[in-house]
Amino acid sequence: MRNIWIVAKKEFSQYFISPIAYSVAFLLLVIVGILFTLTLWNFSNQPGLGAPDSRNITYGVAFLLMLFTPALTMRLIADEVRMGTMELLLTAPLRDYEMVVGKWLGAFLFILVVIAITLVFPLIFNAMTKNGIDQLLLISNYLGVILVAAALLALGVGISAIFSNQIAAFFTTMTLFIVLWWLVGAPANLLPQGGGEIFTYLSLSSQFSNNFIQGSVSPSSIVYFLSLTGLGLFIGSTAVEIRRWR
Amino acid sequence: MIRVTDLSKNYGVRLAVDTLNFEARQGEILGFLGPNGAGKTTTMRILTGYLPPTSGTATIAGFDVVSESLEARKRVGYLPETVPLYTDMTVHNYLKFMADLRHLPNADDAVDETLEMVGLLDRENGYISNLSKGMRQRMGLAQALIHKPEVLILDEPTIGLDPAQIIEVRNLIREVGKERTVLLSTHILSEAQQICDRILIINKGKIVVEDTPQNLQSKLAGAQRVQLRVRGEADELADKIAAVKDVQEVKVQNDGAIEFQFAAGKDLRPDIARLTIESNYDLLELRPINLSLEEIFLQLTREDVSAEQEEEAE
Repeated sequence: MRNIWIVAKKEFSQYFISPIAYSVAFLLLVIVGILFTLTLWNFSNQPGLGAPDSRNITYGVAFLLMLFTPALTMRLIADEVRMGTMELLLTAPLRDYEMVVGKWLGAFLFILVVIAITLVFPLIFNAMTKNGIDQLLLISNYLGVILVAAALLALGVGISAIFSNQIAAFFTTMTLFIVLWWLVGAPANLLPQGGGEIFTYLSLSSQFSNNFIQGSVSPSSIVYFLSLTGLGLFIGSTAVEIRRWR
Repeated sequence: MIRVTDLSKNYGVRLAVDTLNFEARQGEILGFLGPNGAGKTTTMRILTGYLPPTSGTATIAGFDVVSESLEARKRVGYLPETVPLYTDMTVHNYLKFMADLRHLPNADDAVDETLEMVGLLDRENGYISNLSKGMRQRMGLAQALIHKPEVLILDEPTIGLDPAQIIEVRNLIREVGKERTVLLSTHILSEAQQICDRILIINKGKIVVEDTPQNLQSKLAGAQRVQLRVRGEADELADKIAAVKDVQEVKVQNDGAIEFQFAAGKDLRPDIARLTIESNYDLLELRPINLSLEEIFLQLTREDVSAEQEEEAE
């Protein structure tokens, strides 16, 4: 545990001096800010609504995480290999999985900070309307966003461990995310007689928008995201170990 | 402290390390010499737990580098060939990270103490990317030394440094090597001669010679080689010397010095001196030449190559 924390702490503070991390955080917040403005505009044109829909914000955050996390995870392990610092980590008294999990945790903590900042927008919605927004819905939305972030980052770390080139890691991660977000769920619509549930279950976007976004926190969804996280970290640790034996 | 038994490593078909056996005691600086690709780095990587061996065993302070890897790694400080630095970190933060990884109780004190030792305390808050090559090398040494390891493994520690820095780093290694076991690789033979207590010459994954620098020199010196210097043209004198019985391999160097050697067991220096003066030359210098480690090294590895070529010819 202690080793994981040491690595995580270092990765976390590295993000605050990394231009990529800053641009990712900046772009994400700018786009969510635009979504905020649009939602507000829509609200003012429809007098019947009780409060602006905060789901526009949370869905946007999850979608943007899908697009942006590859840029945050690509260097995590691939760059260590390129710079030769992998030799440092692999000869330190540190287990392979501790390094991989520590790197994931560092990235996760950084993303949590960014996610926490986006919380400002729904809270403004809440403050500006008389009855406020549905707070339980907001909590379920954010739980979903956090689980999505955990899973995406873990898969990104796993793929970064396979490559020694960060650009290769970036595109592979991006491709995997596009498949998980859009393509995996597609066969469900093509199989009208059932049997499509499995594809819906595997689809990251359905898991997120059919459950958490609607305010339902189902154990099977939580299991889905935690399994993806575990899978990503397992791939990462195995890839590091294979690297040694190669 | 370091014990290597029948260690082998092959990368696919290429045998990088071939049944290597050696030991290094506490307080000993062991030099690992060999041409590029001899298997020095591979051996060091196995000892530090970075690579697993194909066969054989290696122990650090009694801990097997494969089955008790973490315990072995705790006791080793390692400076790899390419100094592993996070260039976007500050000097202090980098060493603090290394100290934390080693679970040092007073990490900040250890960082300051180590920086003092390598002479980088004044750069503590600077970024590593702004350090010169020599400073980076010393940073690499600092991370290897921070936890006061029992065993230090240094892969080419003086490569790329200027002469003043080389002397500094050598002194540092000698200093820390007093109470630790140091295994250092180099292909600068005079370096091994200066700092090492014992030298292992390795070629193609095998040990060619293992001895102290002094013994190595006398063992290989064989026939005594002599250099003679006179005022003016020396070619004629060279011919006269070549005519003397038991004098062999007379050569006139570009700078006018004559080099030759005597048959084994003979020392004809007085005769040569007399001959020079009787031939009306002004004798300036007459001295024995010790075979430098460079020559010993070339001789050993060349013999190896020619033996192999013979094998191939058959």
